[in-house]
Amino acid sequence: MDYSQFLNMKEELSLMVVIAIVLLYDIIAGDKRKQTMTPVVIALMVFHTAFTLVPSQAYSIFGGMYTHTPMMSIVKAILNLGVIIVFLQADIWLRREDTKIRAGEFYELILCTLLGMYMMIGAGHFLMFYIGLETASIPMAALVAFDKYRHHSAEAGAKYILTAMFSSALLIFGLSLVYGSCGSLYFDDVTYTVFSGGPMAICALVLFISGMGFKLSLVPFHLWTADVYQGAPTNVTSYLSVISKGAAAFAFMTILVKAFPELVDQWQTALYILIVLSITIANLFAIRQQDLKRFMAFSSISQAGYIMLGVIGGNALGMTSLVYYVLVYIVANLAIFGVINIVEQRSGKLEFSDYNGFYQTNPKLTFIITLALFSLGGIPPFAGFFSKFFIFASAVEQGYVWLVFIALLNTIIALYYYLRLVKAMYILPNETPIATFRSDACTRVSLAICLIGIIGFGLVSAIYDCINAYSYGL
Amino acid sequence: MEYTLFIMLLPVLMFLFLGLAGHKLRPAVAGILGCCSLGIVAILSYYAAWQYFSMPRVNGIYQPVTVFNFEWLHFTDKLHIDLGILLDPISVMMLVVISTVSLMVHIYSMGYMHGEKGFQRYYAFLSLFTFSMLGLVVATNIFQMYLFWELVGVSSYLLIGFYYSKPSAIAASKKAFIVTRFADLGFLIGILVFGYFVGSFNFETVGAGTGFGGAALLGDAARVMVPLALGLMFIGGAGKSAMFPLHIWLPDAMEGPTPVSALIHAATMVVAGVYLVARMFPLFIDYAPEVLHLIAYVGVFTAFFAAAIACVQTDIKRVLAFSTISQIAFMMVAVGVCTAATAHEGLGYMASMFHLFTHAMFKACLFLGAGAIIHAVHSNEMSHMGGLRKYMPITHITFLICCLSIAGIPPFSGFFSKDEILTACLEFSPVVYWIMSIIAGMTAFYMFRLYYGIFWGKEARHEHTPHEAPANMTVPLIVLAAITCVAGFIPFGHFVSSNGETYDIHLNTTVATISTCIAVVAILLATFMYRKAEQPVADMLGKKLRGLHTAAYHRFYIDEIYQFITHRIIFRCISTPIAWFDRHVVDGFFNFLAWSSQEGSWSIRNLQSGRVQQYAYAFFIGVIALVLILLFVVI
Repeated sequence: MDYSQFLNMKEELSLMVVIAIVLLYDIIAGDKRKQTMTPVVIALMVFHTAFTLVPSQAYSIFGGMYTHTPMMSIVKAILNLGVIIVFLQADIWLRREDTKIRAGEFYELILCTLLGMYMMIGAGHFLMFYIGLETASIPMAALVAFDKYRHHSAEAGAKYILTAMFSSALLIFGLSLVYGSCGSLYFDDVTYTVFSGGPMAICALVLFISGMGFKLSLVPFHLWTADVYQGAPTNVTSYLSVISKGAAAFAFMTILVKAFPELVDQWQTALYILIVLSITIANLFAIRQQDLKRFMAFSSISQAGYIMLGVIGGNALGMTSLVYYVLVYIVANLAIFGVINIVEQRSGKLEFSDYNGFYQTNPKLTFIITLALFSLGGIPPFAGFFSKFFIFASAVEQGYVWLVFIALLNTIIALYYYLRLVKAMYILPNETPIATFRSDACTRVSLAICLIGIIGFGLVSAIYDCINAYSYGL
Repeated sequence: MEYTLFIMLLPVLMFLFLGLAGHKLRPAVAGILGCCSLGIVAILSYYAAWQYFSMPRVNGIYQPVTVFNFEWLHFTDKLHIDLGILLDPISVMMLVVISTVSLMVHIYSMGYMHGEKGFQRYYAFLSLFTFSMLGLVVATNIFQMYLFWELVGVSSYLLIGFYYSKPSAIAASKKAFIVTRFADLGFLIGILVFGYFVGSFNFETVGAGTGFGGAALLGDAARVMVPLALGLMFIGGAGKSAMFPLHIWLPDAMEGPTPVSALIHAATMVVAGVYLVARMFPLFIDYAPEVLHLIAYVGVFTAFFAAAIACVQTDIKRVLAFSTISQIAFMMVAVGVCTAATAHEGLGYMASMFHLFTHAMFKACLFLGAGAIIHAVHSNEMSHMGGLRKYMPITHITFLICCLSIAGIPPFSGFFSKDEILTACLEFSPVVYWIMSIIAGMTAFYMFRLYYGIFWGKEARHEHTPHEAPANMTVPLIVLAAITCVAGFIPFGHFVSSNGETYDIHLNTTVATISTCIAVVAILLATFMYRKAEQPVADMLGKKLRGLHTAAYHRFYIDEIYQFITHRIIFRCISTPIAWFDRHVVDGFFNFLAWSSQEGSWSIRNLQSGRVQQYAYAFFIGVIALVLILLFVVI
């Protein structure tokens, strides 16, 4: 075995270096030094992201066990950006008395899940992929239960780990069916020429889809989402809603395209059903939510449905629009979570009705949420409009006109509940509104990044062109 | 010549600055800032003109210079929308006209608008307008022209409605915007048709900037469609330039502040239509001469129609407005009567641009003079004036000079340009020539009716004695009047002509004599009828031709016809059913969507129970269902 092949995994290696440094820093640094943990981690992540963006060639190592394309660098960089924003927003939470001593763990766990996601994305073999998935899932359960002395957090952790186990079991059962029918777990070898369309192949495919559906929280594999999102600490929720979703969506697409090209009709049908269910049912639930985090959970389920519109085509345009959608979704969603988080930290309020009259006391934060909601809802000229446009375009190009029509109808419903929050903040009166407060510097920086993204990613066509240049499909 | 970029940038920066921070400034400071920026723009424009026209000619033609071109939207390699600056004889000439008049209006407004509420806002809008107009004339392609065309429309809308507490001003601004917008629809469709068939928006590649050729570029289909496209574009031009029957907005636009009328509704924006036709002239002449002649006939009718109405109006700004419509129609006629691009057959092109230039100066001066008068007597009505020559000597003299100029009396500038127009008409058709000569006579008549009504005749009683306007108002009048005195001697054909070659203007003595005689006779007639305090002849005529008089006074009921068509026919027969459809069918669909989502949301709420076992069941059922569907339903 040629160990120099490891050097090709530069992103993973660099991330592992980051993890090691954070771990050592956490152990060695004294209590005082730990005050500067956030800047250190952020600086490391910025270096790491820059390193990720160093241009690289496509390659495949360890006999096809691990692959790399320039597109993956972009996806990883986008995930890094999201992680940086999450870290910035978490700073205030990690300074709280009860979490202060565990701040290091938060960073390490998140970075470990990120490493798992890298492996999911880069995998060329189903076992490799599975290991990545588990690496991403298990620390996540710890993160969800991070505030374990708070009732909801522990409950959410338990629910998460149980459902994750369940879905993992089904997934690995599916993988064993793949192995049974093809005799190999390399993506390139998994071909269903002989068994094409046979029951075993279909079971394998559906079980694989269900495992990914769990990660992406697609209906009907989504039921854990709302409880976990609500119970988990807000920063973990925001991480869960964007980063882990973005990584899973990309991995999902590459595997469907690479390993199951023969079953394209079947997985397109399955996705068709899942998309319609996810978007519609999540919207119907979102309408009635009173808790903001639950509300965002259902919103994120429906957004995942939209992301799947990029997957269903399986073509290059679909991949571009998927990655672009994830990028735009990350900034918009994190902007909202950033505000939810700072409000929760400052006032402990999380209910929809608490936000009535928010504009009177905190106009700037209101403004940011409003723009982010507009972007999620797909109102021009914000980035969300363009990302929705491209993802619809890619689906229509594949002939999914009715699917796009259903998705469009659902954007109207989505707009209704997004605007409900806007209305609450601007119009509805409140006798005890959330008091005026100043955000801390880290939150401000993170919100500024999000704001730039919400406005800029749509208008600067270079970003889309750059993603488009590297995308590939069936 | 990169500095020309600043000609564009300064006004827009001034607009942003005054618009955003103006209310924090003292009014005088805002005004002075506006004047200074415009002063610099004017100096740069003059310098650009000097530099451009002192460049060597190639084959006897001034070469167009694309100072700067930035690709903004890319459709295909050939079809893209650019933003840039194109300098050629007519755009440079327009730069000079716009910056001069705009500078004068900026200075004048310091006095006229003194103490008005929203003074800073006024200057911000003026800057916006100047920017838009400059961008329009230096456009490198038809689409950029369209963009700025709309911006000009917006700034005109803002300025007409400047007194936004006055209902008539609001109505007028809306009317102006809607009518021109309606016409611009034609322009836009024309552009799209043009882009589709010709495959380019760029003036230079389609051969409109220079390109006295370009025939090889176009295929057979394009040869059929290009005249249509040009005709549609002319509809846009007719809207902006107030050609019949789209002229109805211009008289009402006089509700805006008078300096605005001078700048936008006399000198610059309203000639945009003429400029558009001149811009597309090579295409018109090569592919659509019949459309060009149609433009001439529309122009002849409009000129006559507006002149007839101008003869009986009593609001001085309305008289000037109709006179403007009539004069722009003169320019349209002049371009329209061209039969070939050569210097001689294309004389009308040069004449039209020349008249555009001289008219901008003297009409702006007339409007500013009218403003000074309104400033003094606080009324627009002629009956509230009379005998003002004693009180306002400077206004009186400048007004008289401009009246003589518009009437076509030598040696004032209007004489020379109008003479060229009439000569061009004579080359085209004697009938058109005679009609235009008579309209020129009518022009002299109604202008002197106005002049006598204001400065002579019966003196109205004033609450306080009218007095001459302050210096910052009279100086622009004097400057513009001075230009009017000398502009006729500019060898205009050396700079601008239909094919770019030098064309020596030589007066056609017959035409000059006849037109001068007609003008003198008309002026004498007006003197006879209106100079005295008692006006028996005019009254008698008014009584005898009561029907005609009333009809003309009501502008031949064109507004009423519009009212009838829009309210009775469009609103009642088209809009009402559509509104019903919208309210019941479209809204009904969305209400249904809302209702069904609410209901659905209620009915499925039990799915989310919070119990993990149930989640696992749902998960598993989902898997089984998918497998079954894939196995048995679909495949």
